[in-house]
Amino acid sequence: MTTTSPATVAGAPTVAASTLDLAGVSRWYGNVVAVNDVSMRLGPGVTGLLGPNGAGKTTLLHMMAGFLAPSRGTVALDGAPTWRNPEVYRRLGLVSEREAVHSFLTAYEFVLASAKLHRLPDPKGAARRAIALVEMEDAQNRRIGTYSKGMRQRTRVAAALVHDPQVLLLDEPFNGMDPRQRLHMMELLHRLGGAGRTILFSSHILEEVEQVSGTVQVMVAGRLAASGDFRTIRRLMTNRPHVFAVRSADDRALAVALMAEPSVTGVELGRTGLTVRAGDYGAFTRALPRIALAKGIRVQQLVPEDESLESVFSYLVEA
Amino acid sequence: MSTVSWITARGLFGRRRFLMLFPLPVVLVLLAVLSRSLGVDPGEWGPPVLVGLGLAVVLPVVALIVGTGVLGAEIDDGTVVHILTKPLPRWQIVLPKLAVATGVTAVTVAVPIYVAGVLAHSVRLGLALVVAACLGALAYSALFLALSLVTRRPVLLGLVYVLIWEGLLGNFVSGTKVLSIQQYVIALADRLAPTGLLETTVSVPVAAVMTALFSVGFTVLAIDRLRSFSVAGETS
Repeated sequence: MTTTSPATVAGAPTVAASTLDLAGVSRWYGNVVAVNDVSMRLGPGVTGLLGPNGAGKTTLLHMMAGFLAPSRGTVALDGAPTWRNPEVYRRLGLVSEREAVHSFLTAYEFVLASAKLHRLPDPKGAARRAIALVEMEDAQNRRIGTYSKGMRQRTRVAAALVHDPQVLLLDEPFNGMDPRQRLHMMELLHRLGGAGRTILFSSHILEEVEQVSGTVQVMVAGRLAASGDFRTIRRLMTNRPHVFAVRSADDRALAVALMAEPSVTGVELGRTGLTVRAGDYGAFTRALPRIALAKGIRVQQLVPEDESLESVFSYLVEA
Repeated sequence: MSTVSWITARGLFGRRRFLMLFPLPVVLVLLAVLSRSLGVDPGEWGPPVLVGLGLAVVLPVVALIVGTGVLGAEIDDGTVVHILTKPLPRWQIVLPKLAVATGVTAVTVAVPIYVAGVLAHSVRLGLALVVAACLGALAYSALFLALSLVTRRPVLLGLVYVLIWEGLLGNFVSGTKVLSIQQYVIALADRLAPTGLLETTVSVPVAAVMTALFSVGFTVLAIDRLRSFSVAGETS
């Protein structure tokens, strides 16, 4: 269970914090368990919900958004259940994965309709602000049917943000976006999280989560496989080898010395340096300077090779 | 007009299936005009055109296209999520959609059925058919709207009700007429303008009460089902 703390963004308006709590949540369809006993607490900031297709991310998001009843457990937004409780949508926005929009409306009409359905005091002003937030002003009077996928996605985000919700849930928000649109969406999520909103987005693409959020909730086969800062998760998995690229003044001598170190499980001598496998991240990083000093070898480079989210994820899937 | 009604109406008229509403009413008017202009006895062409085509086919089929379109089409393409993620009591979603479905069906059917009724007998019959068809539009719309929420095949089930239950079984098993909106419409129209052209075994009080029960019952069912509306995940 992890909460993230909001990064402060200069000039960004802050909103009252909301917390989404899941306690022992399971969801099954007949004999198939889609989500199995998941507990987590989401606070302000951006959190990535990571997992391969079929891991139960969408089912979990739908339960968070009040579109699916948990078979067991509770999902609550600031203490109020999300299922059969439309009142939660005053504080919650959802951008679902299906690219479903009323293509016969313009972006402005679509977002304005959302503002009116929320009974906002100034729906036109709110619609204009939301459209400006996603930078869709230039195309706002064109029919949504004429938009690119990225523009449609931004329009949907604007509609979900029109009432300034404290919590925003996004299901695979980067699907089908080109790199520029992806970058724009990432910046937007950063800004929203920095302003104190609770943002959760799902993705099966590791680099997306890595770039947007240091905090991850990793789902594998319906279970919450890991939760927290992904680098911390990686370090906690001490039973897995960590791979480091090491360059030094005398690689061969250093390789011999490292093999005597208990935390090292393997050393490979390559043309560009050593590839060292260590069973214990902390023990190895403490031992290396000591060994190098004792042998009089100058270490020129030490890079953890498998610190990417990809490697964390593959370990979890294999486990 | 509420925002839900506005989006519903825009969605309905913006889809191609809306064009499917027009051929049947046009055929109804053409047949009535043709029969009248050829001098055929209204007693001969009245029942098959007014009841056999107008009330047994045009009214329920138009109601089916519209009634399953106002919510079912949004459920199919996923746009319903935009309305459901708003802090609205679910009756504030169902009632405007029912109003749009009933209104569009009533307007689409009222004009041809009025013309056919006037040509077959009198203005009074035309007006009686319009009033009864409007009540029928409400009951059918409530039924088909509720079907959109209880099954993934609302059009198919609706067709089974109209063609098999009302159309086929209604001719052979007289008891099924008690649960036939078509028979209620005939009974109510005949009460408002007794002509001998419209015949049914269902009494007027039964027709009035059952029309109200169908309308209210299926509307309440739709509201309750929308409260517990679940979205199935595609990637989960």
